[in-house]
Amino acid sequence: MENVMEQSWKQAKAVFAAALGPPLVWLVLFFLAPMAIVWAYSFGHNEGLTQIAITGTFGNYARAIEPLYLKIFLKSAWVAGLTTGLCLVLGFPVALAITFASDKAKTWLLLLIMLPFWTNLLIRTYALIAVLRTEGYVNQSLEWLWKGGGGLAALVGLQPLGDFQPLELLHNNFAVILGLVYVHLPFMVLPLYSALDRLDKSLLEASLDLGAGHMRTLFKVVVPLALPGIASGILITFIPALGAYLTPDLLGGPDSQMIANIIERQFKRANDWPFGAAMSFVLMYLTFIAIAIQAVLAKRTPEAKG
Amino acid sequence: MSKKSPPGPLEYLRRWPMQAWLAMVGIFLYAPLIALMAFSFNDSRRNIVWKGFTLKYYDKLFNDSALLEAFGNSLTIAAVSTVISLFLGAAAALVLWRFRFPGKTALDGALALPIVVPEICMGVAMLVFFAKVMPWPQGLAWPLNLGAIIIAHVSFSFPFVAVVVRARMASFNREMEEAARDLGAGEFRTIKDVILPHMAPSLVAGALLAFTLSLDDFVITFFTAGPDTVTFPVKVYSMVRFSVTPEVNAASTVLIVLTVLLTAAALKLQGDPAATAGHGPKDLGGEKP
Repeated sequence: MENVMEQSWKQAKAVFAAALGPPLVWLVLFFLAPMAIVWAYSFGHNEGLTQIAITGTFGNYARAIEPLYLKIFLKSAWVAGLTTGLCLVLGFPVALAITFASDKAKTWLLLLIMLPFWTNLLIRTYALIAVLRTEGYVNQSLEWLWKGGGGLAALVGLQPLGDFQPLELLHNNFAVILGLVYVHLPFMVLPLYSALDRLDKSLLEASLDLGAGHMRTLFKVVVPLALPGIASGILITFIPALGAYLTPDLLGGPDSQMIANIIERQFKRANDWPFGAAMSFVLMYLTFIAIAIQAVLAKRTPEAKG
Repeated sequence: MSKKSPPGPLEYLRRWPMQAWLAMVGIFLYAPLIALMAFSFNDSRRNIVWKGFTLKYYDKLFNDSALLEAFGNSLTIAAVSTVISLFLGAAAALVLWRFRFPGKTALDGALALPIVVPEICMGVAMLVFFAKVMPWPQGLAWPLNLGAIIIAHVSFSFPFVAVVVRARMASFNREMEEAARDLGAGEFRTIKDVILPHMAPSLVAGALLAFTLSLDDFVITFFTAGPDTVTFPVKVYSMVRFSVTPEVNAASTVLIVLTVLLTAAALKLQGDPAATAGHGPKDLGGEKP
């Protein structure tokens, strides 16, 4: 897109240099250079304890697609996909309700969605641990109900209930997916809302006037028109879910590790930086592929862009 | 008063299934946080049964020097990295909004990278960088010992600031700048007196974003921090690994309250004419989410 308001850099070289210099230097020195080093390491191997020789080998990538690690990649993609799907199902009605709310209600509802989004991720994860653990709020409430039920049963002369067995809610795949949905739901609702808010409401009214039901209007009118927004909501949820570290680390068990946990282990415990670097770049490539797919989808519906 | 009219065709918020759905999502999002805050006042270590109101965990918290130090570190890192991010982000936004130059698309793309790259990838990149290329000296005086973490935080924050500022600049009316020039203002004077005031609301929003991103970050700090520098999330992480305790509940409550206050302050500031330097509320209308 050519912006006619733009000025050629030659017209104001001093301003241009003063404004470009600092962010460019910072970006190159403290972001691109570190990334480039990791990329270079992914083609190297350990030599001694601390030395890494960059030999141009593809061995680390070959190891990354061995069945053991390939399974973790596939599982991470599946977990992130499921999380995204659940967020979409949960979040779409919320976004729709906000879109058609009165101005005052809209502000409050948006604020309600934003607040958890601004709250520290670790604290939100910790809150879930407190809810789900064996002595957590859910299990203690259930135990209380169970005892109450047992007392009631004894009163009416029935067999007393057995000992309460706490549910295993933590350190498994269920907890990881619940945690990821919990953390990422606002990521989904906000882009959905901004897409739905731009829709021409008279189209919906026309559809309803012409006899289509709410569901039919939703799937035949709203969803197709809001597709680019839905696609960006999916992307914004899927990418961080795929690279999630904290949620599987704290809520998951040994069989619910995701890519990020494997990468962390290579760098911190296993001390195999070249392999960790390769895994890290596979994750980056997967991220870029997801972005590219979204970009292609967005291009297909140019009239709804904005 | 007449009876309430039935909900209109598009008044989804007035239909009960929609209300029930919203209530369910609300409970899902808030119940864990509210329970966490409530039980930080419960006079019982491990039971959810209410044993009485107490502030003793807050008392403990404010006497826990390690936790206070971590909290102070986090606030300092967030403050310093916000200032640097604001400066770098505004400069980058200004360049991309204002100028046509070779390599613009490349810069645009490179600036988007820290936003899209998974946290873990950036974390390991920072680990490698500070281990191999630019080792941060150990045992420096506070707050210099936080330098590496601050650098890492600026790297992921300032592109967000640039995005927010750039979106705001899209609504700038270039005629105002031309008028300033006609009246004899030079390049830097125009930026200071015409462009910056227009930019101000986005600087407030960008600052809040950078501050929260920094305060929130665990993964990148976890990889960047040396053994002696601990931030609040890193400290809470090590506490959580051991057990769930009322002290952690109290610490979390303090941070949640701080976040809510910050958000409220930012919303107030953005609505405040003083923060927008003379621009009417109409001007802010387009800014609302």
